[in-house]
Amino acid sequence: MTLDATDRRIVTALQEGLPLVSAPYAEIARRLDMDEAALVERLARMKARGAIRRIAAAPNHYRLGMTANGMTVWDVADDRVAELGALVGALPFVTHCYERPRACPDWPYNLFAMVHGTSRGEVEEKRARIAELLGDACAACDILYSTRILKKAGLRLRQKG
Amino acid sequence: MTDMTDLTEQDRAILNAIQDDLPLSHAPFAGMAAGLGMSEADLLSRIRWLKDQGIITRFGPFFDASAMGGAFCLCAIAVPEEDFDAVMIQVNARPEVAHNYQRTHRLNMWFVLATETPEGIDAAADAIEGETGLKVRRFPKLQEFFIGFRVAA
Repeated sequence: MTLDATDRRIVTALQEGLPLVSAPYAEIARRLDMDEAALVERLARMKARGAIRRIAAAPNHYRLGMTANGMTVWDVADDRVAELGALVGALPFVTHCYERPRACPDWPYNLFAMVHGTSRGEVEEKRARIAELLGDACAACDILYSTRILKKAGLRLRQKG
Repeated sequence: MTDMTDLTEQDRAILNAIQDDLPLSHAPFAGMAAGLGMSEADLLSRIRWLKDQGIITRFGPFFDASAMGGAFCLCAIAVPEEDFDAVMIQVNARPEVAHNYQRTHRLNMWFVLATETPEGIDAAADAIEGETGLKVRRFPKLQEFFIGFRVAA
């Protein structure tokens, strides 16, 4: 799926976020010199195509006291990873969940689930709940805590046309 | 800095409500305010306050850049401890590196490459290998599982 020039202008205008005013779409439309209805129609289309997942607040886990962040990684039987990945992803404390390729011999893990908690102890408890869910389908697991954010840049879309 | 304990019950209710998808209506905050039993103006000023305090980092659309034609790949390097900061500077200097974390593992540097095209991923990873002399392990997503996103406040 590609975005046309107008979609890209909209994405660029919304990269910093939606203005916190009573009629935010009308305000963005005014900045882009468009009709509010035309803007809303394009946003609805981008949502339908998955280019926009939702319009919402991004909570700061650290500021909400969720200072422990563990990337849990699991070696799950290939024929069960789709079914079990969906269950792990649906757990309320899992914020990202992906199947990724193994890099054997030293990286047998194919399921990655990010877990946040107020302490490492809490993250460990959550990890145990995932282990329980995976049961015999899981041959090995590990947890990688983040100790330092080295870089964090937002999405930047290059301007085309 | 505001501590979590400074958040009122109403702030917590707001934090939960604003993680839901905002409707594409003319005055989308009005209905949310009504549901929270407050005025639209009070709700908007409180959301601004949450943002000023850094309790939310952003309010707006969550874009899926891969659905917009870009390519992404999680990568990892096993960096010798004594070289860590030098390698970090080399890796972070590349515009394709969207974010980068130090983690507790032999593979201790984990970053996401974001490029305009799928071919750009290998080009950027190869360039980092050339510059650092270290192998860049590539973990592209094969499948993404639905997640709830919500952080209960």
